[in-house]
Amino acid sequence: MNQLTEYPGVWAQALLGTLILFFAGGAIALVLGIIVGAMRVSPIPVARAVGAVYVNWIRNTPLTLVMFFFAFCVPLLMPGRADWLVLAIWALGIYTATYVAETIRSGINTVPVGQAEAARALGLTFGQVMTLVVMPQAARSVIPPMMSVFIALLKNTTVAAGFSVVNLGNIRAEMSENGENQLVTILWVMAAFVLMVFLLAWLQRMLENKWRIAR
Amino acid sequence: MTSVLYDVPGPRAILRNRILGVVTVVVVLALVGFVMYRFWVTGQFTAEKWYAFTFTRIWEQFGLATLRTLAAFGVAAVGALVLGFVLAIGRLSDHAWVRTPVMGVTEVFRAIPVLVLMILLYYGLPVIGIKMTSYWAVVIALVVYNGAVLAEVVRAGVESLPRGQREAGFAIGLRKSGVMRLILLPQAIRAMMPVIIAQLVVTLKDTALGFIITYPELLYFAKLLGSNAPLGSPLIPAALVAGTIYVALCLALSYAAYVVERRLRSSPKVGAVAGGEAGVVVGLTEAAPTTATETIAARRALSRFKRDAGGS
Repeated sequence: MNQLTEYPGVWAQALLGTLILFFAGGAIALVLGIIVGAMRVSPIPVARAVGAVYVNWIRNTPLTLVMFFFAFCVPLLMPGRADWLVLAIWALGIYTATYVAETIRSGINTVPVGQAEAARALGLTFGQVMTLVVMPQAARSVIPPMMSVFIALLKNTTVAAGFSVVNLGNIRAEMSENGENQLVTILWVMAAFVLMVFLLAWLQRMLENKWRIAR
Repeated sequence: MTSVLYDVPGPRAILRNRILGVVTVVVVLALVGFVMYRFWVTGQFTAEKWYAFTFTRIWEQFGLATLRTLAAFGVAAVGALVLGFVLAIGRLSDHAWVRTPVMGVTEVFRAIPVLVLMILLYYGLPVIGIKMTSYWAVVIALVVYNGAVLAEVVRAGVESLPRGQREAGFAIGLRKSGVMRLILLPQAIRAMMPVIIAQLVVTLKDTALGFIITYPELLYFAKLLGSNAPLGSPLIPAALVAGTIYVALCLALSYAAYVVERRLRSSPKVGAVAGGEAGVVVGLTEAAPTTATETIAARRALSRFKRDAGGS
């Protein structure tokens, strides 16, 4: 308990760093992932191919390497100076977007084709087919795995700790400079993550039960 | 081709799709072109930047670094599989005093980021006198985390098997261990094979976290080479080479996952299962790699474990 009460500022800053990475990275991942997911299921072969290449390349690259590229290589390539935090957010967003895209794609694939065909046969327009028939069904099977993606994103924010972004992952170094017991610091960090992940998992279960598909 | 999202295109849709296709190509070419332009402007294509890669020694070093990555992955994968089965069996135990603590341990280890586990092993434990090399910190952290994840996967596989399997096992006189070892686990493993291999890909990717706790694996060597001033600090070429090696390794493993998944999917029975339980019975007459039970289990359990569940 000592470390939390003696250095409230340090801990608050670390937690804030983790939350900024989580929410900002998540926002980028969601926007980019929806675009790429839409490309993956579009009727345009070129768009499908581009989406497939992006997803397969990034998903088979370790996040550490993606972040390595953003932290060390992008500043060499681009003029001007970028903040470490901003670079880490982009790395997390671009990496997680591939998982978001795949989740959306498999969610849409769970809707039987007959549903859309029946809707078209009734004379619904494309917009109506989407909003009234396909999306409500796809959303139900997308939400639980999407929450898993965000739980993974929360845990992945710690990777930014290796690239000088202040968050819960590297508070240990700062505490050890203050002469505190590192082991205790790390145990507190672990407790914080267990708490946050359990919270998200509880949210996931709640949403899952609320939107369970009644068959 | 018709899909949930669009019908067979008519003349207007074909024209629109062509225009959108051209727009996509233009946008992607513009993005790639911009990146290439920045590479060119900052001199990444000059011979000096790639000079280091003319030496056999550098490539030998890359090979050794890749071997260190694979050394961590190999031991971690085997360890995680073993731990995964032990924890899964513990969690399926009939005795609450085994089941409950195992469940707690599994859930907690699944919630802790792998990097924090590595930091605990490498920086935290020396405080109480337990010292280990960065290699073992990487391996043990990966074993513990992936073991917990695999335990969940195996458990989901076993629980999704029809109840009759267990009952039939007991009916022919098998003991609990026999039912688990001879009847439930083999079917659960085959049903969950795609997820298990996908998790091994995650394990392979996570070895790169060793870079942060100074385990001299592939990424660490790329950084080392990239900061070598006499060789012209080829940081970006080194990162590109390391990235290519990682993608190649993961694609090889992912390809195995894809083949297994396709075999499971393209099995006539899986298609039939979608049409209802009657289809399963029909499918039984055909020679296919999986049994009907495994197919049911796969269908039930795979939906819970989309292979896109994340990981670093």
